[in-house]
Amino acid sequence: MQFESIASLFSAFKEPWWKVFYDFSILTRGVDVWLRNLMSPTWTVVTEMIIIGIVFLLFYAVIGLFLVYAERKVCAFIQNRLGPNRIGPFGIFQTIADLVKLLFKELIVIKNADKFLFNLAPYIVIIVNFMVLAALPFAKGLHAIDFNIGIFYILAVSAMGVVGILLAGWSSNNKYSLIGAMRSGAQIVSYELSVGLSLMVIVILAGSMQLSVIVEAQRTGWFIFKGHISAVIAFVIYLIAGTAETNRGPFDMSEAESELTAGYHTEYSGIRFAFFYLAEFINMFVVASIAATLFLGGWMPFHVGNWEGFNHVMDFIPPVVWFFGKTFMVIWIIMLFKWTFPRLRIDQLLTLEWKYLLPINLVNVLLMAFLVLMGWHF
Amino acid sequence: MEEIIKEAVIGEQEEYIINMGPQHPSTHGVLRLVVSLKGEIVKNVQPHIGYIHRGIEKMCESITYPQIIHLTDRMDYLSASINNEGVCLAVEKALEVDIPDRIKVIRTIVSELTRIQSHQLFWASYGMDMGGQTCFFYGLRDREMILDIFEETMGGRMLVSYNCPGGLMYDIHPNFQNRVKAFLKYFRKVLPEYDAILTGNVIFKSRTIDVGKLSLEDAISYGVTGPSGRASGFSCDIRKHDPYSAYDRVKFNEVLYSEGDTYHRYCARIEEMRESMNIIDQLIDNIPEGPYAVKLKPVIKLPEGEYFQRVETARGELDVFVVSDGNKNPYRVKFRTPSFVNLGVLNHITKDFKIADLIAIAGSLDLVIPDIDR
Repeated sequence: MQFESIASLFSAFKEPWWKVFYDFSILTRGVDVWLRNLMSPTWTVVTEMIIIGIVFLLFYAVIGLFLVYAERKVCAFIQNRLGPNRIGPFGIFQTIADLVKLLFKELIVIKNADKFLFNLAPYIVIIVNFMVLAALPFAKGLHAIDFNIGIFYILAVSAMGVVGILLAGWSSNNKYSLIGAMRSGAQIVSYELSVGLSLMVIVILAGSMQLSVIVEAQRTGWFIFKGHISAVIAFVIYLIAGTAETNRGPFDMSEAESELTAGYHTEYSGIRFAFFYLAEFINMFVVASIAATLFLGGWMPFHVGNWEGFNHVMDFIPPVVWFFGKTFMVIWIIMLFKWTFPRLRIDQLLTLEWKYLLPINLVNVLLMAFLVLMGWHF
Repeated sequence: MEEIIKEAVIGEQEEYIINMGPQHPSTHGVLRLVVSLKGEIVKNVQPHIGYIHRGIEKMCESITYPQIIHLTDRMDYLSASINNEGVCLAVEKALEVDIPDRIKVIRTIVSELTRIQSHQLFWASYGMDMGGQTCFFYGLRDREMILDIFEETMGGRMLVSYNCPGGLMYDIHPNFQNRVKAFLKYFRKVLPEYDAILTGNVIFKSRTIDVGKLSLEDAISYGVTGPSGRASGFSCDIRKHDPYSAYDRVKFNEVLYSEGDTYHRYCARIEEMRESMNIIDQLIDNIPEGPYAVKLKPVIKLPEGEYFQRVETARGELDVFVVSDGNKNPYRVKFRTPSFVNLGVLNHITKDFKIADLIAIAGSLDLVIPDIDR
């Protein structure tokens, strides 16, 4: 029985193993068939969920650690420094060492803090992150849940992250934390509108909210090229609003270390602090990957009209590489924002959103609707 | 009585009191600001000082004049050699010593280099206050070059103690002139970079223009001097009005603005770096020959009387007032330090601005906390 089922797993690979990198559904279907032969359908679903959960946990940790390292290197690059270079070649294990340090640190809960909420807050932030990751299409067939309302789901879930931040600020019993949390609340609630509307532009163009359909629609060309000026405007607004949503760059009002020491996570120590820190980076990854998926074609390779040879070469690069390449390019831009711009003031931040981005966005949505109606897009 | 205490301690009921400092990233030292907020709006700022009070004035009464020099380094550590110069000039004035030109010229060059490095650090830390952390590294990178020049000639980097009554501690290093010239050449190229990354930035401009306005009348009545005062149009440059050392033989402009807001306090410092470079340019090739120090008596005793000298540090006017009773140590020394006086205006100009503006305004006054507390 055992041997048979393992054989059935391999029998799924009728094609050479490296084909997996071009279509992950070969692997996922193989695992599914193997598990179904092994146990009842209910247990199959449970086991698959557990496997996906573990994979995401690992992915979360790895990508978080990598982004922390990348940020430090990018920042060092801009600031004429070397950055971490002691632990491992080019200091690549520096963040792992930091993580180990944070794991061993004492978890300090200050007096008069609301202990339950104080402990709960970092987990809310983390859970929200996980939930968003589930809906992202990483490559062909590498997609945990393919909702038919994928974008709607991502917007709804990622907006919940602010609850964790507000709770952290409120329960810390620290004045700086409270101010930071309140700022963050105002900021995220405002910029959620811009993010939503700029994504709506693409939804109108694609005619669907399902992420796999949106990616598939970009087979003939990425939406940023297909959608005329309207898509470009939406992309720029999405980048600005997305940066604001992640509390980063010139919009890190809620942390603003020169004003509020560390904002909402001032009182957190050890691994709880690391959760907030990681969540911030994963948020950035999520924002960048949504930008890559909706505007830059997701895992679709770059194709130019009738250049058969060129297109063929591009097809050789696996979709995973395309997806992560695009995502990290957007992350690089977001990192550049942070290390070159001074911080905005809270009222200027809200002015930017409500007086400039939102009206432009509303007009942009109409413009795109008009373009699609007239069939003027490519 | 109870009500008075209550009011003094917690203020009005709706107000939200925050203790900024003594340990806070943006107070650059142990300054404590008790800030009353209404939401994000600053209603009242009460500076509490004295966390790094060392009683330098009192200590001066029990030590000799050459020893005082080393204490003045520790007041405004960013313009250490200018502080030294103030005391030296006061002592020399009392002794009626004629100082050779070589000493005067070298003192002026060193003072201007000190001013440049102080403003570089201001730029660096101000960028960081505003959230642009890259500025900090750029500023420190360039400041390092001046500190290296100092190290070569004076042995010290920040607290140089280079001036002493009667001249200088040592002669300049043979490399001094070349290295200063090389630095000027380099820094002229780099200064536009400063403007590109911070001064011209839209976010920076919108955060500083029209924020924390200080009118000319208020600047004069509060006694705000230095670049902060000159940004309001208060012509208070001691180097122009009461020239000491070699300032009477160089041509330079007093940087004056009329707006008096945070942005122009910042610009005044950037422009002053350019003026300082011009001053050094005029002097660096014309250092006269001669001794680097005048021989004074081994034990310096000032004749009975009161002696007063003012110098222009990087932050404003430093007044040195020495009362002597004819002994080898002074009867009383009083320093009028610029940061202490400039701090006084903080509450006046931050009222009804936001917390973020409080940081911007306090940063633009370029306070050095040991200079406040002495």
